[in-house]
Amino acid sequence: MKGVEITLKVLFASILLGYSMAFIAGFCRLSNNIILRSFTGFYVEVFRGTSLIVQLFWLYYALPMLFGWDIGSNFWAGVLAISLNYGAYMSEIVRGSIQSVAKGQYEASTALNMSRFQRMRLIILPQAVRMMLPEFGNYLILMLKSTSLVSLIGMADILYQGDLLKDANLSLAPTVYFLVLVFYFIIALPLIWLTKKMEGMSKKGVAS
Amino acid sequence: MSKWQWDTFFDAFPMVVQGLGITISLTFACYLCALIVGFVWTFIRRMKFKPLRWILLWIMEFIRSTPPLVQLFFLYFGLPMVPVIGVALDPFTCAILGLGVHYSTYIGEVYRSGIDSVDKGQWEASQALNFSTGKKWTKIILPQAIPPTIPMLGNYLIIMFKEVPLASTVGVVGILQLANNYGAQHFRYLEPLTIVAILFLVLSYPSAILIKKLEVKMNRRFDKKAVLKESKGAVS
Amino acid sequence: MPEVKSESLQETSTNNEDVIVSYKDVKKSFGDVHVLKGINLDIKPAEKVALIGPSGSGKTTIIRMLMTLEEPSAGEIIVDGKNLWHMEKNGKKVPANEKHLREVRGDIGMVFQHFNLFPHMTILENCMTAPIHVQKEDKESARKRSIEMLEKVGLGDKLENYPSQLSGGQKQRVAMARALVMRPKVMLFDEVTSALDPELVGEVLEVIRDLAEEGEMAMILVTHEMDFALDVADRVIFLDEGVIAEEGTPSEVLEHSDNERLQQFLHRFRSSN
Repeated sequence: MKGVEITLKVLFASILLGYSMAFIAGFCRLSNNIILRSFTGFYVEVFRGTSLIVQLFWLYYALPMLFGWDIGSNFWAGVLAISLNYGAYMSEIVRGSIQSVAKGQYEASTALNMSRFQRMRLIILPQAVRMMLPEFGNYLILMLKSTSLVSLIGMADILYQGDLLKDANLSLAPTVYFLVLVFYFIIALPLIWLTKKMEGMSKKGVAS
Repeated sequence: MSKWQWDTFFDAFPMVVQGLGITISLTFACYLCALIVGFVWTFIRRMKFKPLRWILLWIMEFIRSTPPLVQLFFLYFGLPMVPVIGVALDPFTCAILGLGVHYSTYIGEVYRSGIDSVDKGQWEASQALNFSTGKKWTKIILPQAIPPTIPMLGNYLIIMFKEVPLASTVGVVGILQLANNYGAQHFRYLEPLTIVAILFLVLSYPSAILIKKLEVKMNRRFDKKAVLKESKGAVS
Repeated sequence: MPEVKSESLQETSTNNEDVIVSYKDVKKSFGDVHVLKGINLDIKPAEKVALIGPSGSGKTTIIRMLMTLEEPSAGEIIVDGKNLWHMEKNGKKVPANEKHLREVRGDIGMVFQHFNLFPHMTILENCMTAPIHVQKEDKESARKRSIEMLEKVGLGDKLENYPSQLSGGQKQRVAMARALVMRPKVMLFDEVTSALDPELVGEVLEVIRDLAEEGEMAMILVTHEMDFALDVADRVIFLDEGVIAEEGTPSEVLEHSDNERLQQFLHRFRSSN
């Protein structure tokens, strides 16, 4: 049961950080500053081009060696790996959605003399976010599943607790792992529901 | 602890690269498994018998929304202990089954989207021309449903490639496992893990670009084809 | 009382100028294509100008440059005495920054061919957001004025509807109300009836005609409705191959001109309608 708490903690921290990362990187890739844009592009491609488990190990084992400092805890290594990885994927959604808001919307807001910031905040982003919602929902579940990886760097999450039980009595292994799966599924259910809801929300009131 | 060491890098490189064969062949094996099992889910979605369909679809949802890592552990540690049907699987088979079935739930959705993309009129037309069910699928629906899914399926091949290192946790000795071994032996993880990251990047980034190109090309060709088909239809 | 204040402002600034918009040798090219080859044009306050011409003649580009949606390749546009695309910096003329553009284009409003309503907002919100956020008007008075304006275009009963629930003609009337709430001195109409079903054109032209009769605003209409132009405009400008080929009162241009290209254009136009 303590495992559930840790899994949820990692999940929520990753969701929060991952979404923030997605917006920050997404905006940076649309910026006029070429340095900012290429730097973010590099980040996105590196994190999308390698696997999460490798990033996790790299952050946990390799990074401290490179810079001589520890990332603090396996909690932060896990959360950082997950949110940087999915942040990179989702930043592409953010970028794509903003770019696919109709050109006429930019023109109409210019004709109403809005500043670039007002145009983004009042007109473009509200429409873009609606387009992002369904995909963002899917990533909730992907992030939940990926939290199980933190057991590999020694965090006592659901899976880790399961491993301990299994080690104590090997014949319990099928039951234990099945129960672990059920736990994850129970956590996933509200996320699935939320995803469906987000899909519904995005369908409403976008077509002009 | 000292920083980046090129000696270690070149020392570890040959060792880690040895695992590439395993990693890549496992990728393709898992992928093949997912492609095949994916058909099963698509078939289930189209089943007429509702209660069974409902149950099976929940099973699919279950597999899809729980971590593949746990599913691997279940197969590797759990399955041998199940009474009667329990069998011990070697790590490689276990990874193929675990990852293959997990991703088959996604592949099944890709198939479905392909079938859904076929215009309703095509179904009606094949009915009107009195095709048998088999002929309808092989001659009319599938030839149109498959091409648009190819880029998506390609993307899943890349995703699969990046998921395969999970198999190191049940003892498949791919590049990640070799890097970890090296790290444990020499107490240096930085270089071997960086090598792994570079290998992934070098292989998956160009493939991703390739697939993007394919997608653009496919979209163009498919549009043309659709127009062509329409004009033919008008003549006949 | 913000309303009184802004009106008196309008009064003073229009009085000391008899030209509200002035194009000075404005050119525009897209790549190798020279769309406008030197436009000189003065528009007086409250003047109604119709721009006509074959497609590709650059009529839309002229008003898009005034709305800052397109940057001229050469030349200057003066709005109410202020240079739109250039500003002074340390005594030198430099390209305008966003702040300068916003300052100058505040007097200009525009209605688009494809309406460009904000789909995520109700009709009322569509009208209210710019006064509130751009002109910093307080919410209540922006609301009041928006409702008045929507009533004026005959949509007082649709305030809480979303754009997707309206017909094309209704959408275009909302777009006009939205632009009017900003109290522009110059209003631009970019082929506002071209995207409408024929039976919906009338209701939109009706509103424009009413606006023209009120007479306070300068209006520049890019249009294909010749009869309407004849009826409403003070001046008609015929654009051809990037230059002003003919201009004058509607009857001069549309009925008594001997410009050959114009005759061809009108002929082709009437026979196709």
